[in-house]
Amino acid sequence: MHHEPMHVETDVLIIGSGGAGMYAAIEAARAGCSVLLADRSLIGRGGATVMAQMTVAVALASETPDHWRHHYEDTLAAGRGLCDERLAQLLCEEGPECIREMDAWRIGWARKNGRIAQAFAPGHDRPRCVYVDFLNTGPAVSKTLRGVITRTGGIRKAGDLLIVDLVRVKGEIAGAVALHLASGCAVTIAAKATILATGGLTRLYRRNSASANMGGDGYALALRAGVALIDMEFVQFFPIGHLAPRLIGMDPIMWDPFRYKLGGRLLNSEGEEFTARYGVSEDGRYVTTRDVATYAIIKEVEAGRGSPHGGAFLSFQHCSEASLREAFGPVIDRLAKNHIDLTRMPVEVAPIAHYHMGGIIADERMMTEVPGLLVAGEAVGGANGANRLSGNAITEALVFGRRAGRSASQRARAMRVHSFQAQAARSALDLVRAEPKQGDINTAAMIERLQGVMANDVGPFRTQAKLTRALSSIEEMMRALGERPIGDSGAFDLRRLEWFDLRNMLLVARAVATAAVARSESRGAHQREDFPEMLPAWQFNQLARWDEHGITLAKTRAAMHAAAQ
Amino acid sequence: MRAIAKLKIWRGTASATGRWTTYEVPFEPGQSVLDGLRWIRANLDPGLAIRFSCINANACKECMMELDDQTVYACTARLEPREMILQPLSNKRLVRDLVTEIAPPAERLLK
Repeated sequence: MHHEPMHVETDVLIIGSGGAGMYAAIEAARAGCSVLLADRSLIGRGGATVMAQMTVAVALASETPDHWRHHYEDTLAAGRGLCDERLAQLLCEEGPECIREMDAWRIGWARKNGRIAQAFAPGHDRPRCVYVDFLNTGPAVSKTLRGVITRTGGIRKAGDLLIVDLVRVKGEIAGAVALHLASGCAVTIAAKATILATGGLTRLYRRNSASANMGGDGYALALRAGVALIDMEFVQFFPIGHLAPRLIGMDPIMWDPFRYKLGGRLLNSEGEEFTARYGVSEDGRYVTTRDVATYAIIKEVEAGRGSPHGGAFLSFQHCSEASLREAFGPVIDRLAKNHIDLTRMPVEVAPIAHYHMGGIIADERMMTEVPGLLVAGEAVGGANGANRLSGNAITEALVFGRRAGRSASQRARAMRVHSFQAQAARSALDLVRAEPKQGDINTAAMIERLQGVMANDVGPFRTQAKLTRALSSIEEMMRALGERPIGDSGAFDLRRLEWFDLRNMLLVARAVATAAVARSESRGAHQREDFPEMLPAWQFNQLARWDEHGITLAKTRAAMHAAAQ
Repeated sequence: MRAIAKLKIWRGTASATGRWTTYEVPFEPGQSVLDGLRWIRANLDPGLAIRFSCINANACKECMMELDDQTVYACTARLEPREMILQPLSNKRLVRDLVTEIAPPAERLLK
């Protein structure tokens, strides 16, 4: 009953169409390559970029003197000694070019007196963050890049295309096997270069600020293709994710820009500002970095001083109605529809999974250790060390995307023929074309269970006991999932899609928990209650690899790569 | 007694062979219709097909469907403790259940 798979050939395959994937597509197409831009969701809609309501850190020196080296120093300090300095430098040094190019593409960066405005954000030594009002930074980045892609030519777009596995031929990546969700068809793709631009893994957590697509697909594809991941234990929790009252139609990380603008006060149930208790006094200024604020909120809740839903209060009641209207613009009306009046009430906020510092190890060309495979954006590991500085995520999406597109085009243009072989695609194709199978698991429920395990036992606060318990739950779910997909082979069967999702999510969850068990210290986003100190002996990065025996770890020093070259 | 939202949902892969299924969802004030649909999938029927990615932000614009004959985003339409009738968009090609082909033709693998 199996039809032959559809076969597509392209110079460059890009997996994921957020900011990194779209910038990579533009750069590769400008260099004369044919590009297939694939996304499991719709093009330019489903990743993290479109949801980024915040700001973009870049040493533009538009309003205040600045130099990329200052941005670089802040990035390294936030990373708590673990940044890959080559990648951090690339991010900071090339950020201004990308931001100016976006400006030329008419993104509409907010301006003051004709100059691009730059806001102050925690962890930066000066105002450095550009934005698009009001809460429109990510949507504007996404829309601008979508427009450029349409004008550029040479880019074939394919939404609803789930990449199931990479195809490896003679030690190099030669393409991929995919499931076309809208039809249920199997697809093979021959590519001279493949870029993973799949974002992070926040979907592994119950409360998260990213889309349902960010289940760590790229990390799993890389692990199964023999590529190492770095820093997998470092999951960034955004401290003031919206918790209550229920707010719909708004991203839960929306409060941050208003803290920049208005200095919203973070309070416990006794109405006290409490961050000073944890070493950072705010005095109306918003200076507490993400790892410290997350720690402070969770400790207040543990001490019985949390808000009713288990977080902290964020109050703008000290601000006048006029200043709220000026800062929030039309957002005030959207809040009113949710029965939230900031002049009269605080909201409740709590840490929410937001970003992944770890990821696929790459050099400054964005090449992984396996030829033919590149990576871009949040999927890259190392640039941000143990804790990402506010505003660096969109910057790295643009800079790493552009660089990956360029490197991929160089490789593709140097190759005369495709190395793809149908034989090498067979095992992945067998999975995609598996016979219909009922199965006795509820995939949607299993995803919720995994999200609960990760939130409870692999969250911001960890212990040996919790992490070990998480690993045994993950292994139990892996056994229950089995080796063969459930669901049918027709169009848009979510049971089959979620079976493939769980295959990736469980593998990636295991990598995170395994790396977290091993790191017996507290550093940045990885806090161990049983090892509360940051230890000089742990100024190492951990590499994770996967084989039939499971995840194996090795120590490395990403920061040393720069010195060695 | 807890309030219930009754979601009457069109199911199928072709208009001629479709059917209606009604699900009862525990109602909590403030929830979205998408919250209700996700509850059904995790608790009653994982086979129910819906399209969404951003969940709550109204950023991805993927969860369009018809609620009581009006086009809505399921993530911003409020769940209510009554019968609510959900159908796929009538002006788009049906894929399955509440999922339709909403991508512009230039963004589809198969034109």
